[in-house]
Amino acid sequence: MARITAGIATSHVPAIGAAIDNGKTGDEYWAPVFAGYDWTKEWIRDNTPDVVILVYNDHASAMMLDIVPTFALGFAEEFEPADEGWGARPVPTVINDTDLAGHIAEQLVIDEFDITIMNDIKVDHGLTVPLSLMFGQPSEWPCKVIPLAINVTQFPTPSGDRCWQLGAAIRDAVRSFPEDLTVQVWGTGGMSHQLQGPRAGLINPEFDNAFLDNLTSHTTALRHITRLEYLRQAGTEGIELIMWLVMRAALGKSVEELHRFYHVPASNTAVGHIVLKALD
Amino acid sequence: MRHRLYPLEDLEDIPGTTVFTAKRSRQAYHLHKFCMSLMDAANREAFKQDERAYLDRFRMSEEQKQAVLDRDFSRLIDLGGNIYFLVKLSNTDGWSTQKAVGSMTGMTADEYAAMMRAGGRSPEGQRSIRDNLK
Repeated sequence: MARITAGIATSHVPAIGAAIDNGKTGDEYWAPVFAGYDWTKEWIRDNTPDVVILVYNDHASAMMLDIVPTFALGFAEEFEPADEGWGARPVPTVINDTDLAGHIAEQLVIDEFDITIMNDIKVDHGLTVPLSLMFGQPSEWPCKVIPLAINVTQFPTPSGDRCWQLGAAIRDAVRSFPEDLTVQVWGTGGMSHQLQGPRAGLINPEFDNAFLDNLTSHTTALRHITRLEYLRQAGTEGIELIMWLVMRAALGKSVEELHRFYHVPASNTAVGHIVLKALD
Repeated sequence: MRHRLYPLEDLEDIPGTTVFTAKRSRQAYHLHKFCMSLMDAANREAFKQDERAYLDRFRMSEEQKQAVLDRDFSRLIDLGGNIYFLVKLSNTDGWSTQKAVGSMTGMTADEYAAMMRAGGRSPEGQRSIRDNLK
């Protein structure tokens, strides 16, 4: 049977991808950011899953103009990196596990999540930057990846609690898949940041650190943060943190925090990163 | 039926913030179609060759076209734009996202970068327009 062994959350700032692609990870500005991922890069070498279910948001690269799906599962065999206006990132093609993706889609609908299926998308920095942060610059990604895109951009976005319920349903779906696979769920985006208007540059370390503190065992508090409250406290783009709740719920009741990192800034954003081991 | 946990008007109560709604998305549909067209290198080249002529291919408002020509990101947000579309324009110009975002704050790029390095904008007084008036 397939099992979810661990969850990873990380910010997915595009400038982090650019720093990796342009060989600037050792620069004075960037070195402290990348140092926060050293532990995880080491850990994941011994704990590479068969499949990552990667929860991210598309940044108006493949959707959001003509179609704005609330929850959308990638169903192609592979996904190329998107050209976001300065050429595609030089990263490997993302390879899907369509058997598991198909099973999850089937189970989610049984569980009342009427999921959108995406047959042809390119994946942007929201998906590829987390892969680069954990796996560096390999010629091919060391595991399969199922993209799960969530609308966190256009209101109404889903609520944090709905994201939690989706994560719980994904957990049940994976655990009922007959193949013997290890699966990780990654939640990406956040932490506090705002990319528009006179309030741009907002960073709220108190909110961010409380979120990190509560993610292991005080999750009820996190489930009930309203969308309005994310905007007020963490900035308009800080609402991406609802994607971390999909990851957390997918791990089940008990988790152990293996690693945590918080740093300000990367470009406009507070960088948060956490690795959680599923204990149930 | 479940009920909202907060009045919808409260989305307008955040200082210096425009929440991107379905209605604003409609207002900016053609502006955003232009932005997403810049995900193609040939289109970027055509835009750089003659910005005005390229913009005229799209059914954007004149105000939106002028704001693109002016690289006035604050105005583009006022006209319905969302940053994830708009960065396709700043990326085409070779701007960092930080430069595009910082340009909306009334600070110079250096001032904004320095604020971010010093820990970013404090959330103090940034929670609610109503609270700030009390």
